[in-house]
Amino acid sequence: MAQTILHKAETRGHANHGWLNSYHSFSFSSYYNPNRMNFGALRVLNDDTVDAGMGFGTHPHDNMEIISIPLEGDLEHKDSMNNVAVIKNGDIQAMSAGTGIYHSEYNKDRAHRVKFLQIWVYPDKKNVEPRYDQITLNLEDRHNKLQQILSPNPNDEGVWIHQNAWFHLGKFDKGISTEYNLKAKGNGVYVFVLTGDVKINDQLLNTRDGFGIWDTDKFTITAETDAEFLLMEVPMKF
Amino acid sequence: MSKVEILVICRHEGILQTIVRLVNNNPEWNATGAVTDDDAIAEFNSHLFKLVLLGSGIEKESEDKLCTAFRALNQHIIIVQHYGGGSGLLAAEIYEALARR
Repeated sequence: MAQTILHKAETRGHANHGWLNSYHSFSFSSYYNPNRMNFGALRVLNDDTVDAGMGFGTHPHDNMEIISIPLEGDLEHKDSMNNVAVIKNGDIQAMSAGTGIYHSEYNKDRAHRVKFLQIWVYPDKKNVEPRYDQITLNLEDRHNKLQQILSPNPNDEGVWIHQNAWFHLGKFDKGISTEYNLKAKGNGVYVFVLTGDVKINDQLLNTRDGFGIWDTDKFTITAETDAEFLLMEVPMKF
Repeated sequence: MSKVEILVICRHEGILQTIVRLVNNNPEWNATGAVTDDDAIAEFNSHLFKLVLLGSGIEKESEDKLCTAFRALNQHIIIVQHYGGGSGLLAAEIYEALARR
């Protein structure tokens, strides 16, 4: 029988540093909740808003798969592998930190804020060669259907990471329903509602709610209103 | 009240310095860093640590050797993997590890 966990939006950790307003679904920085450490291999889900012209100065990462998804505005990325790129609204970026990498993330727009999701997944292999990938997604591919944006396979749709994980985005009109079939045994799915109301089986979720479901092969997603959501399928044991 | 002594081992010098600095930002913790296995074992022999953090780049063979050496001296030592390179995970990893004591 499916097991589930509900994380209402308002129960997330919150840090407002002025230039950065961040909501943490799992323990991060000064937000520590031993009951909110991770969902399987999904370790970080940060919902960040960065003021115009501000950002995260150069800082290190290692042994994490780091995924950035701008929701509003653009983010400039620079790293120690000499990658310089603007991640635009509609793009997805994946970075395998591996043996170690430095990078910075800035909102270069002088007038508008940037809102983005930063997602960290434990890798299935430690100390890999650091790498970086970024693609632009076709927004129509998620309209009333699930758009794969991440997988373990470099030859599959979306970006790829070092983990048996699949991410999908959906932008559904009210009343649209679909079934999600998990791709790997032992995986669970963490649903994050970007906007609107959705039902996962019988569980109603509202904007910015998180919901984990595991020990199941599939579940139903129904848009109770026009809604946009992110599905993150990850190994529960890693 | 004495600080919790934490040994941080990481092959990347720059990241090691970042982790040590971040740990030391907490007034209750004191971090010592080591890059090589020999340095790490020497530090462990000369100080009483409560926790060892393993950072990036440590080969499996080294990890096994270090864990064996540390546990031979202190079977209760807590050894955890630090993910992220001095990231927002650091504090939670330490709190969680210390709560296991």
